[in-house]
Amino acid sequence: MMTLKVNGRDHGVEAEPDTPLLYVLREELQLNAAKFGCGLGQCGACTVIVDGKAVLSCVTPVLLLEGKQVTTLEGLGSLEAAAPIQRAFMEEQAAQCGYCIPGMMMQAQALLQRNSRPTDAEVRGALQLNLCRCGTHMRILRAVHRAAALMRTADASMGERSAQ
Amino acid sequence: MNAPLILDRRRVLAGGGALILSFSLRPAFAQDQAAPPPPPLPGSLKQSPFLDSWIKVDADGGITLFTGKAEIGQGVKTALLQIAAEELDVPFGALKLVTADTARTANEGYTSGSNSMKDSGTAIQNAAAQVRALLVAEAARRFDVPTDNLRTENAEVIAPDGRRLRYGELVAAEMLHVQAQPKSQLKDPATFKVVGQQVARVDIPAKVTGGAAYVQDMRLPGMVHARVVRPPSTGAQLIECDTAAVEKMPGVVKVVRDGNFLAVAAAKEFRAIKAMNALAAAAKWRETPTLPKQDDLPNVLTGLPSQDFVIHQQGSPSPAGNAIDATYTRPYHAHGSIGPSCAVAQFADGAMTVWTHTQGVYPDRQGIAEMLRMPPASVRCIHVEGSGCYGHNGADDAAADAALIARALPGIPVRVQWMREQEHAFEPFGPAMVTKLKASLDGQGMISDWNFEVWSNTHSTRPGGAGSLLAAQHIAQPFTPPAPKPLPLPEGGGDRNAIPIYKFPNAKVVHHFIPAMPVRVSALRALGAYHNVFSIESFIDELAAAAGADPVEFRLKHLDDSRGRDAIEKAAREFGWQRGQKAPPDRGYGFAFARYKNLAAYCAIATEVEVNRENGRPRLVRAVAAVDSGQVINPDGLINQIEGAILQSASWTLYESVTFDDTRITSIDWQTYPILRFDAVPDSVAVHIINRPGQPFLGSGETGQGPAAASIANAIANATGKRLRDLPLTRKRIKDAIDA
Repeated sequence: MMTLKVNGRDHGVEAEPDTPLLYVLREELQLNAAKFGCGLGQCGACTVIVDGKAVLSCVTPVLLLEGKQVTTLEGLGSLEAAAPIQRAFMEEQAAQCGYCIPGMMMQAQALLQRNSRPTDAEVRGALQLNLCRCGTHMRILRAVHRAAALMRTADASMGERSAQ
Repeated sequence: MNAPLILDRRRVLAGGGALILSFSLRPAFAQDQAAPPPPPLPGSLKQSPFLDSWIKVDADGGITLFTGKAEIGQGVKTALLQIAAEELDVPFGALKLVTADTARTANEGYTSGSNSMKDSGTAIQNAAAQVRALLVAEAARRFDVPTDNLRTENAEVIAPDGRRLRYGELVAAEMLHVQAQPKSQLKDPATFKVVGQQVARVDIPAKVTGGAAYVQDMRLPGMVHARVVRPPSTGAQLIECDTAAVEKMPGVVKVVRDGNFLAVAAAKEFRAIKAMNALAAAAKWRETPTLPKQDDLPNVLTGLPSQDFVIHQQGSPSPAGNAIDATYTRPYHAHGSIGPSCAVAQFADGAMTVWTHTQGVYPDRQGIAEMLRMPPASVRCIHVEGSGCYGHNGADDAAADAALIARALPGIPVRVQWMREQEHAFEPFGPAMVTKLKASLDGQGMISDWNFEVWSNTHSTRPGGAGSLLAAQHIAQPFTPPAPKPLPLPEGGGDRNAIPIYKFPNAKVVHHFIPAMPVRVSALRALGAYHNVFSIESFIDELAAAAGADPVEFRLKHLDDSRGRDAIEKAAREFGWQRGQKAPPDRGYGFAFARYKNLAAYCAIATEVEVNRENGRPRLVRAVAAVDSGQVINPDGLINQIEGAILQSASWTLYESVTFDDTRITSIDWQTYPILRFDAVPDSVAVHIINRPGQPFLGSGETGQGPAAASIANAIANATGKRLRDLPLTRKRIKDAIDA
C-alpha cells in the first residue's frame, strides 16, 4: 500500500501501482470532480494539480505520485466556502452540461497560481488541451479572468491583514 | 348571501377560482345546446391532465414540482422552477424538483426538439396557476371572503384583514388530484417577478464544487464496474472467445456472454478496464465490409432507393433560362459527448432499476423491458444527468448494457462506463445529407422559382422497441431494428426546415427519404434543420449575389413574417451590418436566419470570419445573434443556449466528419475526430434577445445550429470569393478553393 497526499491529507491507497490516478481519486477517495473523458490524455476532463502543475490524471499512474501533493477541485473550496475560481464560474454561469468544467477550472487554477494576470491569449493557450462540447468557451474565458481578479483581490486583502 | 361556498374543484378550475358563482349556471345552460368539445389542454397536460402529476403540496408546506423532462445541461430545471414559482407565488428556493423518472413523473416522451418549455413549461405554468386557484378557493371558504379579495404571496393566501393561511394548511388529501381545465387564470406578464429574471442555474454549484452531479458519480453500496466489448463493426459475429483466463483475472466478478454481447464486471474500475482489454484480445470476430465509400458518400446516398414526398408546392416552379443551381452536402457528425455514456442498473426482487442519462425514460424503459422480456411495470428508469448529449448518443445503449449485465448479477448494482473509443465508434451519428437547389430570379431581382430537394435517412432511431438498442441487437435471441420512418411534418426530420420561410411565387420542396442506413444514425441537435438551413441560407446568399443585392435586404424583401423580420433587423443592426460594406483584408461578413422548424424560435446570426490565405485556416472572429423565443423565462439561460449553439455549430461546420473504411468507423477519439479548441474560439459572441411577454414559449436549444453554419459559410464566401458547399468547410477545402 502506498501513501498518496491529496488535498493536504495522506491517504493509504490499495490500488495497483499502474492504476491511473483518476480511478484512485474517483473510486478509493470518492472524489467526483476529476472526470473520465477519454482515458487518452486528449480532452482535459480529468485535470488535477500535482505540485502546482496541471496533470492529466487519466494517464498518470498512481505510482508516480508518491511524495507529491495532489490537489483536486474539492481541495480548492466547497459549496459552503467556495474558492475564487469556483465563485467565478458560478458568477459567470460558466457551464452548460458542466462535465468538462472541473478540468477547465483546474487547468485555469494552475495557470493563475503561476501568473496572476494572464492575457486572454495566455488563458486560451493554457486551456488549449481542454475540450468543451456544449460551446461554453466564451463564459469559461470570462470566468477565468474573473477568477484572476478575485484571487488578486483576496491576495491584496490578505496582504493588508498581515501588514496590520 | 354569506353562505359558505362549497368548493367544487372542477368549477373552481373552470372559473379560474374567481368566477365560481357565475359558472354555477353552466350545467343548466349546457342542456340547451350541444356542448362544444373542450379545447385541448395546454402543453403536456394533454397527456397527463392531473394537477398532482405536476405539483404536490405537502401538509408541512413542502412543495414539489414534477417534470417528465430531463436536465441535459440546457438549464431546464431552473427554467421550470421559475415558471412554477411565478404562478404559484412561492419563493424560488423553496420548491423541490423531481425530473424524469418512470415511477414518479409524467411521461413526456423525449427531452428533445427544443420542446421542453412548450411541453413541460406550459403544463407547469397552467398547473401551477390552477393549483394556486384551488388553494385560494379553499382559503376563501375558510375565511368566508370572496376569492377576488384574496392575494397570494410567499406560499400563503392573505385576506384583506391580514389573516393568512399557508398553502400547506390549505391543502387536503386528493385536493390536487383533479384534472386540469383548458383555461387558467395566468398572471399578467407585466407583474412577473421570477419569470424573465436572471436566476442562477440550480445545477451549477454542485458541478463546480465536486458534488455528485452525474450518473458517472453514482456509487451504490456493493456496486461493481462493468465494461462492454462491442462487436468491432456492424454485423460482426463473435466466432470464438475463451473467457476462462479473463474470469481468473484479479477482481473479476463475472464475464457475460450472450450471442455477440460480451461484457465483464469487476469489483474495481481499473480492473474492469484491464479485463475488458483482455476480453477484447480473446474475442475473435468475423467482420463483413458493410460501410459505404466515404469519398463518394453524396452519390451513394442519392443512389439509394428513396420514398419521395412533395412536401410543399406553391404555383408551378419551372427552371427558367437564368436558373442557378447548387448541391450542398453534409457528412455524418458525432454527438461527441465529453463524458462517454454511463449507466447504473440493479436487478433485485424481480425488478430492474436503471439510472440513466437517456433523453426519454419511458421509451428507454419500453426498450429495456422488451429486451429483458420483462413487463415494463417491473422496470424503472430514473434520469440522472450525464455529460451533454445533443441528441441520441450512447445513453440508451449504455442503459441497456447495464440492465443486461445487472440481470446476470442479481442484487448487485452494476455501473457501466463506455470508453472514449466506444462512444465515438458506436453512438448513432447525425445523418449525412444531400440537398439540391435550383432557383431563378425575375427581372426585379426577386426569386421567382424555387426548387429544393433533400436526401436523408431518418433522424430518429431512438427506442421505443428493443430493436433500437445495441445490446438487444447483439444478444443470442436478437431484436431487429424497426423499419425506419420519416418523422412527420410540420416538425419533420430530414425535411425539418426544408420548406422555405420566405415567400416565393413558385416553389416546390421534395423530401427523398432513404430507408436504408449505410451507417447507424439518429437524432443530432436540430436534426435536418442544420443542413437544410445551411443549404437554404447559403443559396439565398448566392442568389443575392446574382441579383446584386445586399444579403440582409434580399432576405427582408422575401419575408413577410414580422417577427422574423425583427430578428433579422436586430442582428444586422447590432452587428453593424451595412449595405456594400467591405470586411478588413482576409476577413468576410456573413448573415443567416431561420425560424426553427418554421414554428419555434427565430434566430438571425451575423458573423465575421478570418481566413488565412496561406493555409486556408478559418476562424470565427465574432458572432452577433438575435433570438426571439417568445416569452423569455431565463434570459441568461437563453443566451447560454444560443452561445453554445453558435460555437458547437461552428465546430461541426468547420472541422467535423465521421470517418470510416469499408468495415469500421475510424474516427474513434479526439485525434481522429477533431473539434473546436480554444485557439479557434471567437473574440466575441453577443446574443440579443427579443422578448415577447405573454407569448408562448418557443424553446431555444436548437434554433441556432442552422443559422450559425450558413452565416459562417457566407462569411467564408465573402472573405475568399469562393463558395463552399460541402461540409465541413475545412482548411484544406478552403485552400483548394482559393487556389482553384
